[in-house]
Amino acid sequence: MTLEELRKIAAAEQQTQQKYGHRVHVCIAAGCLSSHSDLVKEALRKEVLESGMQSDVLVKGVGCMGLCSAGPLVAVEPEGTLFAGVKAEDAAEIVAGLDSGAPAATSCPTDVPFFERQQKIVLENSGKIDPERIEDYIAADGYAALVHALAEMSPAEVIQQVLRSGLRGRGGAGYPTGLKWTTVAKAGEERKFVICNADEGDPGAFMDRAVLESDPHRVLEGMALAAYAVGAQQGYIYVRAEYPLAVKHLKTAIRQAEHMGLLGNSICSTRFSFHVDIRLGAGAFVCGEETALLASIEGRRGSPRPRPPYPAEDGLWGCPTLINNVETFANVPPIVRKGGEWFAGIGTEKSKGTKVFALAGRVANTGLIEVPMGITLREIIFQIGGGIPEGKRFKAVQTGGPSGGCIPEQYLDSPVDYESLAKIGSIMGSGGMIVMDETSCMVDVARYFMEFCKSESCGKCVPCRTGTAQLHDLLAKITEGTATPAELALVEELCDLVKHTSLCGLGQTAPNPVLSTLRYFREEYEAHIAKKECRAGVCQMHASGEVMP
Amino acid sequence: MKTPVRVKTLTIDGQEVGAREDQTILEVARENGIEIPTLCWLAGLSPVGACRLCLVEVRGVARLLPACVTRVEEGMEVTAHSERLAAYRRSILELLFAERNHVCSVCVSNGHCDLQAIAMKLDMTHVHFPYQYPRLPVDASHERFVIDHNRCILCTRCVRVCDEIEGAHTWDVIARGVECRVITDLNQPWGSSESCTGCGKCVQVCPTGALSEKGRSVAEMSKRRQFLPYLTLMREGRR
Repeated sequence: MTLEELRKIAAAEQQTQQKYGHRVHVCIAAGCLSSHSDLVKEALRKEVLESGMQSDVLVKGVGCMGLCSAGPLVAVEPEGTLFAGVKAEDAAEIVAGLDSGAPAATSCPTDVPFFERQQKIVLENSGKIDPERIEDYIAADGYAALVHALAEMSPAEVIQQVLRSGLRGRGGAGYPTGLKWTTVAKAGEERKFVICNADEGDPGAFMDRAVLESDPHRVLEGMALAAYAVGAQQGYIYVRAEYPLAVKHLKTAIRQAEHMGLLGNSICSTRFSFHVDIRLGAGAFVCGEETALLASIEGRRGSPRPRPPYPAEDGLWGCPTLINNVETFANVPPIVRKGGEWFAGIGTEKSKGTKVFALAGRVANTGLIEVPMGITLREIIFQIGGGIPEGKRFKAVQTGGPSGGCIPEQYLDSPVDYESLAKIGSIMGSGGMIVMDETSCMVDVARYFMEFCKSESCGKCVPCRTGTAQLHDLLAKITEGTATPAELALVEELCDLVKHTSLCGLGQTAPNPVLSTLRYFREEYEAHIAKKECRAGVCQMHASGEVMP
Repeated sequence: MKTPVRVKTLTIDGQEVGAREDQTILEVARENGIEIPTLCWLAGLSPVGACRLCLVEVRGVARLLPACVTRVEEGMEVTAHSERLAAYRRSILELLFAERNHVCSVCVSNGHCDLQAIAMKLDMTHVHFPYQYPRLPVDASHERFVIDHNRCILCTRCVRVCDEIEGAHTWDVIARGVECRVITDLNQPWGSSESCTGCGKCVQVCPTGALSEKGRSVAEMSKRRQFLPYLTLMREGRR
C-alpha cells in the first residue's frame, strides 16, 4: 500500500458517498443500540426501498454521536439535521421529509452549546463513519499518517512529533506519552510489545467503549504508529468482555486492516511488521492497572506487582512494553498527520489537546463529549450539559471515578486540566464525570465508591484488602446513623494509611472520594453522626437513634 | 568475560553501608544488623511486596518503598525507622489481627508464630480497629496436614514455595479483596488434590498457625525452615 493507492481508495469511497443526495446516519453504538436503534436502521432501509429512493438515499450505521440521553439518534448528511429519540415507526416521516426538509416530530436542534462548544479530535469520525468499513475510515484521512510515516519518517521522527504535541496519557495519570515512547524505544531488547489498555472500569465511564465501537481503525493506526516508533512487532488490545460490540468491531477492523496490508507482515511493503491480537478481560477492575494487566495477558492471576521495574523495561514476558490507553492511541494519528505543533496549540500550557468525558448523573444532557483542555467545569456542566434538570441545585461533580474526588460549587470555574483538578483534590482520571445535585448525599457517595474499591481490591496487599473493607464498614455505619465521632477519626486514620501504604494505584487512590468529601462536605458527615440526619434524604437512619453495640 | 560486580554505597538510618548493585534495601539492612520487619518475605522465595511492613522512606521519593523489592542505588538515603513508619506498621499488623481470627492462646503455633512475634516486637498492645472475624472453613481432608483459613494472612508463602521450590503449584489464591482464600488445585479439598506431593514445605514456611501438621495441639506447631536456605544454596551452586 502506497500513499497514492490509499488516496485512490479514499477518492473512490468519497465518490460513492457523494452519489447519494442524502446520507442517513443511524447510531448503532451501545447507547442507542440499547434503545433498539438497529430496528430504526432496518425500518429506515425498508422505507427508503419502498419509496424507491435507494439510489438517492444511503442508510448507514455509524458510531456514537454523543447525545446518548436522547437516543436513538439519526443524522442526515449533508444537511446536518438531527433526529432524537427515534422509533422504528418514525422512519416514514423522516424519509418523507428528506427532500422537502420538513421538520419531523423527532427533530432535534443542532445549534445548541452541546454541539457547538465541543472540539473533536478523538471523536472526529465518531457518528460520521461506518465503523465496520475500513474504506469509510480511509476516506476520512484514515491510515494516511501510518503510510506517510512508514515511507517518509524515521521512528525517532514519529516520537519527536508525539513529544512536541505534549500529549499526556489519557488513562488518568497523565504521564507524558512521548516520554514513555522514548523509554521503550531506548530499551535494548529485540522483542517488544505495544498494549492498548481498553479495560475501562470506572463506574459511569464509557469513553473508550465509544471510541472502539465508533472508530476502531483509529486505535489500530495509533498502535501501529507506536509500534513503528518503539520497534515492537506484536500488539495486544486488552478489552473487557463486557464490551461485545467493541470487540466485534475491533475484530472486523483487524481483519480488514490485515487484508489491506496495513497490519501484519511487511506493512506497506516495508520491513515493519506488526500483528495485533485481542485479549478479553474477565471483569476485574484492577486489571486496568498496568502490571495486573500484564499478568492477566500472560495467563496469570491479575494482581499488580511493585514498580519499578516499569513495563517500559520489564513488561510482557519480561520484554520492554508500551502500554497506553485507548484515547491516547486515538490521538496519535492526527498528531502524526497534522504535526505535534498543531496539537500543542490546543489546550493549556501543561495539558494539551482535548479530553473526552462521559457526562452522567443529574445533568440535562448526558452523553459523550470532547472538549479542549482548560475549559471550565461550569462550561461543561451548565452550557454543554445544559445544567441541572428539574430546577434542582448543583452540589458537586465527581471526576476520576473511584480514584477521583468530588468537586464542590466554589471550584466550578477551575479549568479542566491535570494540575488544576489535582490541586482541588480530584484527578482528571479517564474521563468519567458524574454530576450530583442536592438530592445526593456525599457520605453515601463516598460509601458507594468504597464499596466498589473493597470488592475490586485484588487482595494482595494488606492495607488495600483489609483497609478498604474496614473503611466501607465504618462509612456504612455513618450512613446508618450509628457511628460515633471516634469512628470518624478512625475513617480519617485509615484513609491516610491506605493511601500511603498500598501497593498499587487502586489502593493508593481508593480513599480519594472519602478525603475529598470530608474536605468539602465535612458538615454532612457530622450531621449524620451527631444529629442522625441526612439532609439529602438518601440515608435510612436507624429509627431509635441509638448507637448499635 | 566476567561482568564486573558494581558496588554502591548508601545510608540506612544514618549508617553508611556498602552493597552489591543487585541487592535490595532489605538484604543490605539485615547484613548490617538493621532490623526491618517482614511477613510475606522469606529468604529463598521471590519477593512480592504484599505485607507492606517493610515500607521505608527514601529521601527524594514521595512514596514509601517496600525494602524487600527495592534495589539499592548510589547515595540513597534510607530511613527504615521513624515515628511515622512505626505507626503504619502497627496499624497494618492491627488490620491483620482484626481481619480474621488470630486468638493466640488457642492456636497450634502459639509461641512459634511470625505474626505474634512481630506484633510483640513492634509494641502492638491492642487492636483499635473493629474485628471482622468472618466464619471460614478448616480443611482437614489431607492425611497429614490441616489448613485453618481463620489464621491465614494471605502472605502467599505457601503458594510460592509450592510453585518455585517444590514445582507442584498446588496452591493458589481464589477470589478478590477480603474474600481471598488460598486454595489447593482448582478449589478442591486438599486431601483430594492430585498435584500435591505431600512434601509439607507449605506448612513449614507458613508464618502462622494456618498450615499445621495433624496431631499438634496448642503451641506445639513450630516450623522447620532449614530446608529452604539449603535448597536455594544447592541450586545456586549448580548453576
